[in-house]
Amino acid sequence: MASKKPRVKAPKTAKKGEVIEIKTLISHKMETGQRKNKKTGKIIPQQIINKFVAKFNGQTVFSMDIMPAVSANPYIKFNMRADKSGEFEFTWVDDNGSTYSSKSKLAVN
Amino acid sequence: MKHITRRQALSIGGCAVAAAAIGIQPAYAANNQQELIDKFTGGKSATEGRVALDLPQIAENGNTVPLSVSVESPMTKDDYVKRVLVVADANPRADVATFNFTPSSGVAEASTRMRLSKTQNVTAIAEMSNGSFYMVKRLVKVTIGGCGG
Repeated sequence: MASKKPRVKAPKTAKKGEVIEIKTLISHKMETGQRKNKKTGKIIPQQIINKFVAKFNGQTVFSMDIMPAVSANPYIKFNMRADKSGEFEFTWVDDNGSTYSSKSKLAVN
Repeated sequence: MKHITRRQALSIGGCAVAAAAIGIQPAYAANNQQELIDKFTGGKSATEGRVALDLPQIAENGNTVPLSVSVESPMTKDDYVKRVLVVADANPRADVATFNFTPSSGVAEASTRMRLSKTQNVTAIAEMSNGSFYMVKRLVKVTIGGCGG
């Protein structure tokens, strides 16, 4: 079983009002539900990350609804305006009901 | 005498698998792009402009096509981009992703990577906070399809 450890690249510090860039990547095969098992001929059921949410101090800054057309190991890049210090919480939701999350602190000066 | 090269034989086989995979799910046999766009805009028409889609002209590998979308907007509390829908008109399913922005996004820009089964148009439609819609359409040529068949 491949590990689903998310990786996040977010700055640790920022100037007030600066627009920062956040990059995330999570290992996930993103099974589309369109492929067939070559031996049995049966469709391999869909299993993808269907939602990504980025919160800062509990407030949603950015989110993404994800469909099977997003590539394996989904990469997401987005931005946020840094107004105050706080903590990011990133959450990925799997079709199987699991969620994966990651946190990162930001100091604004 | 008919002569089929190994390469041709392989490509015929690959397409048959892909076609079969699509055929099993009749719900997606006809791409649902228009339906999705209508649902997103609530039937309103989208104006061309303000939205930019950054995509390769030719994607060598349809399994991972880099995609960046950006929308011109001041991103203030009164004037910002709410959502951007990305659809592809020849994939088994048209919907690729929806990006949901907030005024604290700072700029309405996001990137990801997507799958394209073959050469097709990719469309991005943005919903503004005032209820207007803007769109852009780009053709991407795909050398190797990302149907995963």
